[in-house]
Amino acid sequence: MPPNDSSLLGAESLAVVSHPVRHDSAALHVRGAAAYIDDIREPQGALHVAPGLSPATRGRIKTLNLDPVRAAPGVVAVLTPADVPGHNNTSHFDDDPLIADGAVVFRGQVTFAVVARTRDEARRAARLAQVEIEEETPILTIEDALAANATVLPDYDFKIGDPHAALAAAQHRLEGKLRIGGQEHFYLEGQAAFAIPGESGEMLVHSSTQDPTELQNVVAGVLGMPNAFVTVETRRMGGAFGGKETQAAQTGALAALAAYVTKQPCKLRLDRDDDFAITGKRHDFRADWTVGFDDEGRIAAYDVALNARCGCSVDMSPGVVDRAMFHAANAYHLPATNIMSRRLFTNTVSNTAFRGFGGPQGMLAIERVMDAVAHATGRDPLDVRKANLYTAGANVTPYGQTVEDPDVLASLIDKLEASSDYRARRAQIAAWNETSPIIKRGLALTPVQFGISFTLQHLNQAGALVHVYQDGSVHLNHGGTEMGQGLFTKVAQVVAEEFGIPLDWVRITATNTAKVPNASPTAASAGSDLNGMAAQAAAREIKGRMIAFATERYDATPDQIRFRDGLVVIGNQTVPFPELAKLCRQNRVQLSHAGFYKTPDIHWDRAARTGRPFLYYAYGAACAEVAIDVLTGENKVTRVDILHDAGRSLNPALDIGQIEGGFVQGMGWLTTEELVFDAKGRLATHAPSTYKIPVASDVPADFRVALLDEPNRAATIYRSKAVGEPPLMLAIAVYSALLDALHSIDPGKQVQLDAPATPERILKAAEALKVV
Amino acid sequence: MKRDHISFIFRGARVDLAGFSPHATLLEWLRLNARATGTKEGCGEGDCGACTVVLARASDGALDLRPVNACILLMGQVDGAEILTVEDLAEGNTLHPIQQAMVDHHGSQCGFCTPGIVMSLFALQQSAQGPVTRPQVERALAGNLCRCTGYRPIVDAAMESCSGPAQDRFAAATALRLAALAEMTDSADVFVGTSTQFFAAPASEDALAALYLEHPDALILSGATDVGLWITKALQTPPKIIWLGRLRGAFTAIEAGDKALSLGAGLTLADASAPLITLHPDFAEIMRRFGSAQVRASGTIGGSLANGSPIGDIAPCLIALGAEIELRRGSDLRRLPLEAYFIAYKQQDRRSGEYLRRIIIPRPAPDRAFRAFKVSKRFDEDISAVLGAFHIGLAGRHVIFARIAFGGMAATPSRAPQAEMAAIGIDLDAPATWAEALTAITLDYAPIDDARASAGYRTLISRNLFLKTLMEISGIPAEITRISGFEVPHAAE
Ligand SMILES: Cc1cc2nc3c(=O)[nH]c(=O)nc-3n(C[C@H](O)[C@H](O)[C@H](O)COP(=O)(O)OP(=O)(O)OC[C@H]3O[C@@H](n4cnc5c(N)ncnc54)[C@H](O)[C@@H]3O)c2cc1C
Ligand code: FES
Ligand code: FES
Repeated sequence: MPPNDSSLLGAESLAVVSHPVRHDSAALHVRGAAAYIDDIREPQGALHVAPGLSPATRGRIKTLNLDPVRAAPGVVAVLTPADVPGHNNTSHFDDDPLIADGAVVFRGQVTFAVVARTRDEARRAARLAQVEIEEETPILTIEDALAANATVLPDYDFKIGDPHAALAAAQHRLEGKLRIGGQEHFYLEGQAAFAIPGESGEMLVHSSTQDPTELQNVVAGVLGMPNAFVTVETRRMGGAFGGKETQAAQTGALAALAAYVTKQPCKLRLDRDDDFAITGKRHDFRADWTVGFDDEGRIAAYDVALNARCGCSVDMSPGVVDRAMFHAANAYHLPATNIMSRRLFTNTVSNTAFRGFGGPQGMLAIERVMDAVAHATGRDPLDVRKANLYTAGANVTPYGQTVEDPDVLASLIDKLEASSDYRARRAQIAAWNETSPIIKRGLALTPVQFGISFTLQHLNQAGALVHVYQDGSVHLNHGGTEMGQGLFTKVAQVVAEEFGIPLDWVRITATNTAKVPNASPTAASAGSDLNGMAAQAAAREIKGRMIAFATERYDATPDQIRFRDGLVVIGNQTVPFPELAKLCRQNRVQLSHAGFYKTPDIHWDRAARTGRPFLYYAYGAACAEVAIDVLTGENKVTRVDILHDAGRSLNPALDIGQIEGGFVQGMGWLTTEELVFDAKGRLATHAPSTYKIPVASDVPADFRVALLDEPNRAATIYRSKAVGEPPLMLAIAVYSALLDALHSIDPGKQVQLDAPATPERILKAAEALKVV
Repeated sequence: MKRDHISFIFRGARVDLAGFSPHATLLEWLRLNARATGTKEGCGEGDCGACTVVLARASDGALDLRPVNACILLMGQVDGAEILTVEDLAEGNTLHPIQQAMVDHHGSQCGFCTPGIVMSLFALQQSAQGPVTRPQVERALAGNLCRCTGYRPIVDAAMESCSGPAQDRFAAATALRLAALAEMTDSADVFVGTSTQFFAAPASEDALAALYLEHPDALILSGATDVGLWITKALQTPPKIIWLGRLRGAFTAIEAGDKALSLGAGLTLADASAPLITLHPDFAEIMRRFGSAQVRASGTIGGSLANGSPIGDIAPCLIALGAEIELRRGSDLRRLPLEAYFIAYKQQDRRSGEYLRRIIIPRPAPDRAFRAFKVSKRFDEDISAVLGAFHIGLAGRHVIFARIAFGGMAATPSRAPQAEMAAIGIDLDAPATWAEALTAITLDYAPIDDARASAGYRTLISRNLFLKTLMEISGIPAEITRISGFEVPHAAE
């Protein structure tokens, strides 16, 4: 059977897939009955772990007196590097010690951990350590790192054409520097893990992780035991957004180490302030750009240096910064381009994956450049953007992949331009700004083109385990994790569709390394693409066996057999699915299968800087309108229209949820969410009291979100498209609209506005424009 | 009369509890003692709302339901209340209408914020008198962070399910629940613990004054929206706590005179809002943006002044209006101007054994204008970078009086003496005459840089807020001077 023959059917002929089915845990969520790690009832004698954090930013640990910690009430054990039986590290690059040994490289680094009878006792004891650190001058900012030439990895670039010659020959040139802030994930459930030791040293770890396989590997490494001794289970996370990919490892491994040392079940749930201090964030960048363009705003050459603050270790920076480069052109054909990147070391927490994985930073830079070009040429920014889009004849990216379907985005933009009434509103806003002294309004429409696939080849695989029981109920397990995105629901929809049974016959079960091994992290938006395919493969295999059996039993041919509505239609008789399942068992037909999928057609040669890293692109566009107060910098997003391409959606309700949620999260990144490190390297925005993510009143009252309902041209599961990350970048429209509002103060000048565009930065930009 | 335990209602049954530590929080009790894990901890500091539960109390014969942050509410503060948590809402397998609406609108993704959101909406619904509006829903949700959904489906669910009056089984059982609460009501002085470690809640000011004189080292507790964080974040363990939440009479009275408004220090910020708004409409936004519904339900006006915070929102407004406070120690009463109470950073004019009991605020005269502005990174539930309050007297179009106070600009909430002086004589119709005063204000303060704002920004804002005040009182309508109420004008169709 060709893959996805059913994808050629229209959505109306599907019974479960493409329906706006609710999240499988929704009823549990609203009752408070959905269990997260800290809700798992602990057995008697369970102990609690708290980390001790470095008070210094960089230096050698001279003394670490833990006697007061050991003497504190309730303390059972104190963990130091000496307690680690295996390898004291959580990273592939061997540069993220589980517990700092000898030196500290950022403030808040874990220097020991306490195990105590209660969490409260553990936290109190952790503050009693006497630490003496011989401090060295830390490298804190991007500028510090550039000056010191401090990097975690070599520079990397890709180039097409001759950008230097093209810049020199261009009619106009502009250059600038854009600072792009980082972002704290602020998953509502902080990092948490609960480890239970087994009878002969094996370890079961319940963890809030996007990557159970990786945690299994890390725990096995730390404890010096084979992977087969370690099982990691994850039922759900209270949010993750990339922050529980590698960053869940330390919490999980500390809980496991505590359980190993004490031989008791041990739990570590980080306090929110500790979570802020210990775990990595979105990379902040400084993009140094030069652009050459003509009178029409057509770009002739773009040269950009993406200076990424990676923090104190490598972690996921290779992929993150590469992806920033892949998205540095966004949806635009840049005839001559040089995209250069630096991966800078700083004495700050190691930056990590965050929804978009570098893509947003690369994309923000080019979108900011589009506005600069528009302001310089006096053309409407939307016209400048449109003039530069990939087209059928100009469709090769700076990394050599051909964009096969540029028409999808072009027509999507046209539709949004019309449905958002862009031109008429542009005129109204211009008229308003003429006469309004304090409140200025702005409008922008920006596109997103996001490449789908892990850029690390081997991660583009997935496994799923499907059992059909003799009563017709189905057990579904796969390597993907549920973090709220609805992956479990979508994959169950695929399986229910395959067997033609009601969705509630499919029992979704917790991700578990003992059921599906060697899984990839649930990341890169690839969860349903990969796991949906693997589960479909497993279901098809079982279904094939059931069909083979039925053809014999009922003397039919395979093409006479259909599974639908809980029945198996065989020619002109019908057998209930449960009955066929029972018959299969009685006739020794295996009703269990492990399915597997690997993404075809992708390849990337990093050294040669060419290939096809992405199976396809997900597209979208947003039109945002804002108002700013030029006396205070306060601002408000007043209306947003979004048109987003989720292919033929597996579940429109869940997809709209991803789009709205991603947009609002991106809006936070670009407006109120500011990470402030003080001069000593302490994260001053250390908790939600000082780090402000959007609340309900920040969301535009007029918020119109629609799906572009067109099948993916690539052969994905039911021709759907990945939707986890791309919508975050739709929020660039908000930043761009803020630029537009500021631009109205003095249309003769370029606006200087870094991200996030806090009220303070907006006021600073406004003041700079007011100066004559 | 003394009582050696606290009493409350949980899961429909009365609980008398004596064995709790004075600084235990309600969230700890729920999750660790009652094993009720539906209520979540997202931050432990009152900022995320994942721990929101509802406390019901009897008030003037009616049930009064308030959302609170269980993470920073001390256990003793539930005395006399019914605790309602997310587990209470569904009846068997039937979801409460709010829960059902949340499911129908896809209002949960990861679900971790959901219990708190459901409880905030439940409090909204139970107190709603008519159709609910979007601004009401936004206000009710200002203290609930959701990182997944972008809020739109939650707001839709609320619009569908939170209109009042509620007609669910909770509303139906109001009389029974009031009776159960009444049964617990007494006028005893609560004292749980020993003379060296206790949670006390005197029922009268006389008892309070005596107890505090006896234990001047005790910590006075009002709403715990500050104190709670000292416990959960700084890990302090105050051994002696005197909670003022059982006091009534003058301590929670509102006396609305023609010339002045007197507010008892024990009024919650929620209860103080309406009377404050009678002073000037600008208090509406200041109060709406004070923390969140949860913070306002617990926090008190007395606590917000007594704590001496340099970044509090109420103090600068009241200083600009010339408010006075009344303190009591033993049987001694003393009155002083509010601004004199703030001596220096973390230092107030409060004697050992003395507490704040009343705030007296003169109403602005008809020939005086008042303006108050809060500027923060985020509109809702954020601490001010700067709060400016302006009280301006006019003779015709000329300024003849100015009393200006700021929060966020110095180590205490304080006035702007040079600007006040330079403002005299300003001609509203001649902006050239404004310049001197606008410059003066930048000399009045030397603010600091911190995570919320830089010193330069604060200084610029102080000047610009003064400018905005002058623009507004000279006649520019607030619809085009303020972003907060700004709405996109409807296009001509
Ligand atoms: C999430 C959050 C948001 C907040 N947002 C704001 C905001 O927007 N604006 C703002 O101004 N503040 C804000 N705050 C700070 C805080 O809520 C207020 O300062 C609050 O009003 C304190 O009142 P309380 O009754 O809770 O005081 P408590 O925490 O009970 O006490 C605070 C201090 O005052 C003392 N005290 C209390 N009452 C008296 C009394 N009657 N006599 C003598 N001493 C007394 C206590 O001993 C203690 O030292 C916020 C706090 C949180 C947690
Ligand atoms: S846990 Fe965040 S407000 Fe209580
Ligand atoms: S649903 Fe995840 S935080 Fe709200």
